Amino acid sequence: MIAIVDYGVGNLFSLASSVRSLGAEVRVTRSAEDLRAADHILLPGVGAFADAMDKLRATGLVPVLREQAAVTPLLGICLGMQLLFDRSSEYGDHAGLGLIPGRVCPLADDLADPALKVPHIGWNALHIAPGRADDPLFRYVKDGEYVYYVHSYYAKHCAESTLATSDYSIPVTGAVRRGLVYGTQFHPEKSGDTGLRLLRAFAEL
Amino acid sequence: MITKRIIPCLDVKDGRVVKGVNFEGLRDMADPVEMARFYNAAGADELVFYDITASVEGRGLFTDILRRVAGEIFIPLTVGGGINTLEDFDRVLKCGADKVSVNSGAIRCPDLISAAAQRYGNQCVVLSADVKRVDGQFRVFAKGGREDTGLDALDWLEAGVRRGAGELVVNSIDTDGVKNGFDLEMLDAVAARCPVPIIASGGAGRQEDFAELFLHHPGVDAGLAASIFHSKQVEIRPLKEYLRALGVEMRL
Repeated sequence: MIAIVDYGVGNLFSLASSVRSLGAEVRVTRSAEDLRAADHILLPGVGAFADAMDKLRATGLVPVLREQAAVTPLLGICLGMQLLFDRSSEYGDHAGLGLIPGRVCPLADDLADPALKVPHIGWNALHIAPGRADDPLFRYVKDGEYVYYVHSYYAKHCAESTLATSDYSIPVTGAVRRGLVYGTQFHPEKSGDTGLRLLRAFAEL
Repeated sequence: MITKRIIPCLDVKDGRVVKGVNFEGLRDMADPVEMARFYNAAGADELVFYDITASVEGRGLFTDILRRVAGEIFIPLTVGGGINTLEDFDRVLKCGADKVSVNSGAIRCPDLISAAAQRYGNQCVVLSADVKRVDGQFRVFAKGGREDTGLDALDWLEAGVRRGAGELVVNSIDTDGVKNGFDLEMLDAVAARCPVPIIASGGAGRQEDFAELFLHHPGVDAGLAASIFHSKQVEIRPLKEYLRALGVEMRL
């Protein structure tokens, strides 16, 4: 069973539908037992970092997620990926789950081409980092395939865990991994067939 | 790098797609779910659904269609038509929309933009405007392009971005239906004032119109059209291959 953590941010309809379309059993849940029983955990998220982190804490699931991260494959998506890091600079300075070393910072401050728009919205090519093409997450996805992004902040100082980036005048962290903890800044559930293949690979971990 | 986007638009009335529908080889030529499948397979980067139904029954049919589309097609979906309140946002987002497009509802109540942006995030709020030249000025029209609001379009769109609109759909009434190319002058004027993604609408008739748009007007991020795609006058995959061969970044 794949558990989708429901902590009151964003719309889980597409994510649940996309995972279900792979034939997997899906449970949208905020129950600790479900997370402990799950074979895989998806941590979604849209909106602002601090608000999402507060809501996640309010569910009481933070300690459960930290425990499960050591034994169950976990995939954070978009803001859900950002929550995996140590800290974020979105409207202040906020602690994240600390499962992956790094910091979430504003994209606008770092873009080499100031004419580029923020949020970074749209389809961008995924470049798999050197030596990472064999990662099981990319079992069905090739270097250069396009994925769909919508975000204004991005993860930095996380080279060791970076699996893939996309070029937006700077390399933007696209996918990360540390142990069983994975994250994608893009939305696999909105990235067409490419996204479904990536979710399939995750579901097979 | 980020691609330019090609977006077919489906106008839905009483559960059926209207406007120049001439689909061959589909079981149901105006079934929105079938058309969404077709466009997804053809490589559309995003789909826009406009609900042009007036009746309550029609509205129910629309949300049912949306749920079916979102349940099997995993690319971004934008929904517009009859969005006047936060409850309307809620209704379509729960059915699987990713972005919600506001037009007349925002003209009646500009605070709808900021309230929706605060609740759902800027990326969720698309401000769409029907624009026409009047006395040398770009003017916003309401009610499907029938009523001159007196609003200056550039001021209106810029203020919309300040209120929290994360994307703009700029539909030129002057070029709409003429199929002689996008309204490049209008789009450049909007792009110079508004630092968010801009979706061009109205006027595309041929592949070359998209090439002109993307090669020479870098401020525009996407091209939207309805009837030329429905009638297969322009087909999406060949269009994207053509644009990529010209050096436009495209998802293929």
